[in-house]
Amino acid sequence: MKAFTQHQGLVAPMDRANVDTDLIIPKQFLKSIKRTGFGPNLFDELRYLDEGAPGQDCSQRPLNPDFPLNQERYRGASVLLARKNFGCGSSREHAPWALDDYGFRAIIAPSFADIFFNNCFKNGLLPIVLDEDTVAQLFEEMYAQEGYALTIDLEQQQVVKPDGTTIPFEVDSFRKHCLLNGLDDIGLTLEDADAISAYEAKRREQAPWLFDAVK
Amino acid sequence: MAGQTLYDKLWQDHLVKSREDGTALIYIDRHLIHEVTSPQAFEGLRLAGRGLWRKDSLVATPDHNVPSERAERAGGVAGIRDEVSRIQVQTLDENCNDFEVVQFGINEPGQGIVHVIGPETGATLPGMTVVCGDSHTSTHGALGALAHGIGTSEVEHVMATQCLIQKKMKNMLVRVDGELGPGVTAKDVVLAIIGKIGTAGGTGYAIEFGGSAIRNMSMEGRMTICNMAIEAGARAGMVAVDQVTLDYVNGKPYAPKGEQWERAVENWSRLHSDADAVFDAVVELAAEEIEPQVSWGTSPEMVASVNARVPDPAAEADQTRRTGIERALEYMGLSAGQAIGDIRLDRVFIGSCTNSRIEDLRAAAAVAKGRRKADSVKQVLVVPGSQSVKAQAEQEGLHEIFTAAGFEWREPSCSMCLAMNADKLGAGEHCASTSNRNFEGRQGYGGRTHLVSPAMAAAAAVAGHFVDVREFVAAGETA
Repeated sequence: MKAFTQHQGLVAPMDRANVDTDLIIPKQFLKSIKRTGFGPNLFDELRYLDEGAPGQDCSQRPLNPDFPLNQERYRGASVLLARKNFGCGSSREHAPWALDDYGFRAIIAPSFADIFFNNCFKNGLLPIVLDEDTVAQLFEEMYAQEGYALTIDLEQQQVVKPDGTTIPFEVDSFRKHCLLNGLDDIGLTLEDADAISAYEAKRREQAPWLFDAVK
Repeated sequence: MAGQTLYDKLWQDHLVKSREDGTALIYIDRHLIHEVTSPQAFEGLRLAGRGLWRKDSLVATPDHNVPSERAERAGGVAGIRDEVSRIQVQTLDENCNDFEVVQFGINEPGQGIVHVIGPETGATLPGMTVVCGDSHTSTHGALGALAHGIGTSEVEHVMATQCLIQKKMKNMLVRVDGELGPGVTAKDVVLAIIGKIGTAGGTGYAIEFGGSAIRNMSMEGRMTICNMAIEAGARAGMVAVDQVTLDYVNGKPYAPKGEQWERAVENWSRLHSDADAVFDAVVELAAEEIEPQVSWGTSPEMVASVNARVPDPAAEADQTRRTGIERALEYMGLSAGQAIGDIRLDRVFIGSCTNSRIEDLRAAAAVAKGRRKADSVKQVLVVPGSQSVKAQAEQEGLHEIFTAAGFEWREPSCSMCLAMNADKLGAGEHCASTSNRNFEGRQGYGGRTHLVSPAMAAAAAVAGHFVDVREFVAAGETA
């Protein structure tokens, strides 16, 4: 996994609550057996005026001019500013894959759905929870100022605004450690292989019906 | 010390190791996989040169992409017309062969929607931890299990380590007391719960569903409730083990037998919250007050009683909510204050991991019997949740009731719940659907989904618009 330490990037809005994973990446693109290439279909139904199909050349499709990511001022954005309950719905990791593939490195919202939130960390994408008033303030500032960029400092756990003021944020220490160092958590868990085996042996004794039942 | 909740007990039973940073390694007993969220996980194992930690914990089946249409389905994997879908199903076949994972293949007797076949085969049991790369894994919590959806990275993690790195969730109790009225089903109860607490109401919580209305519900009804816990934001939903659970599990193909059954029952008898357990949040609903529900918007919390009206955004004080309602009404092509009963349907879908079990099909058939779908309704799909449900329904003659009513009897698959196979809505079409999500585009580009119970869906198919199934049945109405 790629590491996340500090990132400065242009901010783009996704100004609606309850953005679900079907909206982030529609189902027809879930048929891919790869982890990459989802970027052109991020927010497909909002971004284009036609219905998208897998394997299509998206550069030829009609763009929805009202959608922020299609507007010149948000070109190259890498920080997504969103409303509450972002990422609700399905467990598809294709949602963070699409955001990452598009070029986003961080998402700021008042709240995230649990599975999506977790999936982001597995892909070097940082979801940041800030209170609703702070997010509303960021939306105002972003709309008011073209080229509005934020610096996200994971080590210091703070968002730095263009005027230099900082907003602190919380992050689990384990997730922070993995992100800062780009660690593969399977490798970390396997360091506890003995503990897992010991647990498993005990469980096999206590509840043998849980083992070798399906053949 | 206060007693433990059911979730506390399940967590404690599976705790391999607590770490200083507040995370824990939780052991996973059963790992269900399907074709959509597993290919990248198998690929990850190959790239890292890793194997499966415990092969016998995995059970695979293709469900999302498989055709429901009989002729196409008869051709097996090779017969899937959509090439991208076919490759994904083939990839599951190849991965299961390479890694020696038990798979119920496309036309094999055990195949079905992964959340239908788990409980019905006994592959998922009380007291288990169950995961799957699918958010509706919460379904299996109905057995008194800790079950939730995970992303593909976690699928790979469980494959390689048999564990998940977790932080303990908070405890929520949703208590539904009293007796449900006739014609009011588990689906109506769970939609009413989501309407009350919202789609983020359960975020960060494991929800236990309790109260006399849940206790009096069949296992299949409890599965419908737990299935949609995720639609209330909770990854896991669960119901305590009781005699209904034991009666359901007993005799299932992979359930313990003989002396092991006795031991298991004794082990499972503690799988309920202690009387003095403390919940971080408690939500209460009175069963008598719940009416048949219909969703009118683009989020499962946008739901109302069948006899109510579509809300007026102007009456909503909160700005974000008001904009949300306005946007939903525009997408759904509905006007503020419109009666739910005036919504006309183009298609009806009876199926999905929420409502495709035998009791769901019986409920739909009871309404459809002797009636016919309205001419204005283009298509009514009835998609059984598994090969086993299909066989049972055919044995009971339900398929004949459906076909006589002009409904189409299909093959087990996820089908129009998420439109990954050929079953989908056209732009602007309204669908009465027994599935779980009414998100924009979910059932097809521009499609408009209304979530309802199987009986309500069948009644809407006959009437051509939403009707209160209680009055409809009583009046003996036909189209």
